[in-house]
Amino acid sequence: MGGREATMVLLDENGIRCDGRKIDETRKITIKAGVLKNADGSAYIEFGDNKILVGIFGPRDVHPKHMSDTDTGILRVRYHMEPFSVTERKNPAPSRREIEISKVIKEALEPAVMLEKFPRTAVDVFIEVLQADGGTRCAALSAASVALADAGIPMRDMVAACASGKVADTIVLDVNNEEDQAGQADMPIGYMPNFEKITLLQLDGILTPEEYKKCVEVGVNGCKIIYEIQKKALNDKYFGSGKD
Amino acid sequence: MENKRKYVIPGDLVTSGPFRPEQNVVLEGNKIISTTVGISEIYDDSVRVISLTGKYIPKIDDLVIGKVISHTSLSWELDINSCYVGFLPAQDVFGRDFSAHADELSSKLKTGDLVAARIANFDRTRDPLVTISDRDLGKIDSGALVKISPSKVPRLIGKRGSMIQMIEQATNAAITIGQNGWVVVSCESPEGLLKAKKAIQMVDEKAHIANLTDQVKDMLESKGES
Repeated sequence: MGGREATMVLLDENGIRCDGRKIDETRKITIKAGVLKNADGSAYIEFGDNKILVGIFGPRDVHPKHMSDTDTGILRVRYHMEPFSVTERKNPAPSRREIEISKVIKEALEPAVMLEKFPRTAVDVFIEVLQADGGTRCAALSAASVALADAGIPMRDMVAACASGKVADTIVLDVNNEEDQAGQADMPIGYMPNFEKITLLQLDGILTPEEYKKCVEVGVNGCKIIYEIQKKALNDKYFGSGKD
Repeated sequence: MENKRKYVIPGDLVTSGPFRPEQNVVLEGNKIISTTVGISEIYDDSVRVISLTGKYIPKIDDLVIGKVISHTSLSWELDINSCYVGFLPAQDVFGRDFSAHADELSSKLKTGDLVAARIANFDRTRDPLVTISDRDLGKIDSGALVKISPSKVPRLIGKRGSMIQMIEQATNAAITIGQNGWVVVSCESPEGLLKAKKAIQMVDEKAHIANLTDQVKDMLESKGES
């Protein structure tokens, strides 16, 4: 897949990866908060070649009514990939994979969002992947957290997310599409930086216990880098970064 | 700066120590953490964060501007720009001797009417109960509705009402501010009305600027000359 070179060197002898990064380097990440006028909150993230737009509605009335909870608000997440987000047209109907990602992102956000303040309401998170290049769930989660903050939903902490993985027997940070396809393991991590708690941890591949520990450590450090970028996005929108 | 003001985002540590957590903060252990994007303020014994974003959450005794969205034979429902609808019982308008067959609710308030109301009661189990039986409350017959972000309402009022008084004096308009971000402006002269609306929108857009009162004043005065 991808239409790029089939015989690719994932990691050369100088420790440089297929896209020129070092092993502990993330791709270029930019986040912009409040990009949509009609949504209550929004964010746009570019995570390497991933381009993702997130819109938030809420807290608002729950429809259908039977889904509402008298004790707490509910969080609903839809992760959706555009038909043009990948090289081969993707059927726009929700796939098994999209349903799974919607669920894990929802569960990764729930510990941070203080839904108990809004009983009988729903917060809707719409994630649209415009362009995908590996690691969309982490990018989507990071953007969703900024969009929730932009919507003014009370949160105990931000959620930053980044993947780590094993490529050519080395633990690397932020696995891209090629490394994901040809690599040995991929571990997306969601992390609340101030609470130092992990809210999302998945692992696809095989790691030894030592590698596992290293992988979590590398991933958490990646999340801390993402957190700084999230902070900057919110500061830029609300405090104008010293402008005015 | 006064009160040690600081820009915070969710998860940021505001302070630690023996303070009472007020709006938009939570106490975790001995740390006080912001739950929203805003400006933190530390007082002698309490801490709060002034939110810069978010929807209106009803609070008892708040004055709100509502729009009638529907009615049953016993009550009206008001859109109060919140995640909950305002519930206005018929007894509030017709008095104690209200009877469901004798009185027709639409004779007093029709769908689409604007009302100034006060939140009489609200808790997490029920929709907010509103009342219009008080001085200055009730149906709004004239004026222009301006919608601003509810989080900017304190800025529009200003310290001890300084901002709103200034706008009112400069334009000769009467302005009713609902805590839910809906503002009704009524003014004899069309120019004053336009100017007041422009000033309100300016506050909404530039709420984070420090010397906003002066800027608004300049705008109001410059327009007066031209």
